[in-house]
Amino acid sequence: MIRLEDLTKRFKTPGADIVAADRVNMEVPTGEICILLGPSGCGKTTALKMINRLIPPTSGKIYIDGQDTSQLDDIQLRRNIGYVIQQIGLFPNMTVEENICVVPRLLNWDIRKARQRAADLLDLVGLDPRQFLRRYPKELSGGQQQRVGVIRALAADPPVMLMDEPFGAIDPINREIIQDEFLKMQAELKKTIMFVSHDIDEAVKMGDKIAIFRAGRIEQYDTPDMILAHPANAFVADFVGADRTLKRLRLVTAEEVASTEVPVTARSTKVSDALHQLTVAKARRAVVIDSDRRPVGFVTAEEMAGASGAVRDFAHPLPATVPVRADLRAVVSEMFAHDTMWLACTDDHGRFAGVITQPDVTAALRATYGPDKGAGQEQGAS
Amino acid sequence: MEIIGFIANNWPVILRLAGEHISIVAVAVGLAILTGVPIGIAITQNRRVADGVLYVASIIVTIPSIALFGLMIPILSKIGQGIGWLPAVIAILLYSQLPIVRNTYTAITNVDPALREAATGMGMTPFQRLTRLEIPIAIPVIMAGVRTAVVMNIGVAAIAAYIGAGGLGVLIARGISQTDPRQLVTGALAVSLLAIVADWALLQLQKRLTPAGLKR
Ligand SMILES: Nc1ncnc2c1ncn2[C@@H]1O[C@H](COP(=O)(O)OP(=O)(O)OP(=O)(O)O)[C@@H](O)[C@H]1O
Ligand SMILES: [Mg+2]
Repeated sequence: MIRLEDLTKRFKTPGADIVAADRVNMEVPTGEICILLGPSGCGKTTALKMINRLIPPTSGKIYIDGQDTSQLDDIQLRRNIGYVIQQIGLFPNMTVEENICVVPRLLNWDIRKARQRAADLLDLVGLDPRQFLRRYPKELSGGQQQRVGVIRALAADPPVMLMDEPFGAIDPINREIIQDEFLKMQAELKKTIMFVSHDIDEAVKMGDKIAIFRAGRIEQYDTPDMILAHPANAFVADFVGADRTLKRLRLVTAEEVASTEVPVTARSTKVSDALHQLTVAKARRAVVIDSDRRPVGFVTAEEMAGASGAVRDFAHPLPATVPVRADLRAVVSEMFAHDTMWLACTDDHGRFAGVITQPDVTAALRATYGPDKGAGQEQGAS
Repeated sequence: MEIIGFIANNWPVILRLAGEHISIVAVAVGLAILTGVPIGIAITQNRRVADGVLYVASIIVTIPSIALFGLMIPILSKIGQGIGWLPAVIAILLYSQLPIVRNTYTAITNVDPALREAATGMGMTPFQRLTRLEIPIAIPVIMAGVRTAVVMNIGVAAIAAYIGAGGLGVLIARGISQTDPRQLVTGALAVSLLAIVADWALLQLQKRLTPAGLKR
């Protein structure tokens, strides 16, 4: 856990003093990612660097796991905090392996253990150790450098990580990939992370909590969904953007809102049986699945009414399917692209996993605006 | 033709003088590295001190070598070394400070501040940062300073023949005083050749010392 208490930084400059942090109070629970978000010059980096004492605070306290860090030796403190700078900062005179081993070596780890750790970490981010350990930073692509920068900070397995726009210097496509990778790692590692960003989309995606800064002050500190749904003031609302409701689509997966109680039927089923099934379920359509439970089409009650034969004679192909793991933004995008009100969802094996409709999506968005926030998520989980 | 004959006949002498020449420059520049590199690193701590030190080093280089030798005679006479090897070494040691101190200072101050911040933020002490990051990165530029010092001072050492320091300058001095172009040209050629060879050899050394990750 990281706790900042009345943390203040005043830079003395010729002319007026600059207050880069103004009585900042916040708490990051163990294992969570907190995003420091705000416009340029609002004091995000300053707040971060006060935690590892690269910048000495003017006043206020910083506690890590209850320990007042001003009581600790600076050097020891820093060796126990993972630090990723915005410019990546890999040491050009060292190989990838040597870069990763810097902090373990400073902590006097056994060299073999440190090397093993370097190889394991490279593996973890999908870089083949045999290929990359001996390379130099200049022999890596930007994305590879960024990955090495992150695992270098993880090398000594510090409980706390400080990351200053760690995925800033990279193109949007690769940024998404690295973000996903990092989230997957974090799900296992459960580090307590302070993460600076100026990108609201990144913040919403990566953060358990977001702290929005303006001129050294925290304007709002809350979960991404609450910040998007209930901005505390005009500044926050303006910063998160007029499309903040659409941004919330990314916070919910199809799985959470899809309805699984949809009648399914096979191609060979008799129309009369299918109609009976629809009547019992009080539904107007059924999803047609194949022998592997993959959705292959749909039938409607109106078209089959009074007819004989098999379901296959009335089946329409599905315009598209979406993975249940997809977020609602992807779902809505598919709906719009195929001009359809509903889509069938598939699980990781391509099997039918429910149906998601446009009203489901709007209901999910509305849920947090109502008095009973979170209702949409409970419904999805059932 | 005459010159080739002269060289062929005086081979051992030329080699001995070259040996003397090299010893003067090697000892002086060696000492200059031992003093200049620490000075160059130390002055990175304070801009004003750095400016002062570099200014003094530049002034020294503007003193003509003959004048510098002249200045040292009364001082070093007190220990009986007014002329000869010692003043030559001291002069070259002084002249070498500028390229070595300046290159060291520039190289260290030019290390990307982001790298320095990363190193500090990861928990390196200032000394660890210096030895593991800053000096390795600065090596190519420091070595370039050493090369400049060596090439520049191979010429200065030739003049030191006038204060009895020996070296290839002896051939040039004699060539002038005896109006013997054979000696003059041989001396001049040898000095040039020595400078070229030394520069090449040091370039190879510089390449070996440069961390692989910094090579283009
Ligand atoms: N060493 C310093 N001396 C004086 N002022 C400083 C210093 N460092 C930062 N500041 C000022 O403090 C304020 C906050 O700076 P900081 O670097 O924390 O901003 P930031 O939120 O990280 O911005 P960005 O998104 O551009 O990185 C700025 O107004 C900046 O000019
Ligand atoms: Mg910043």
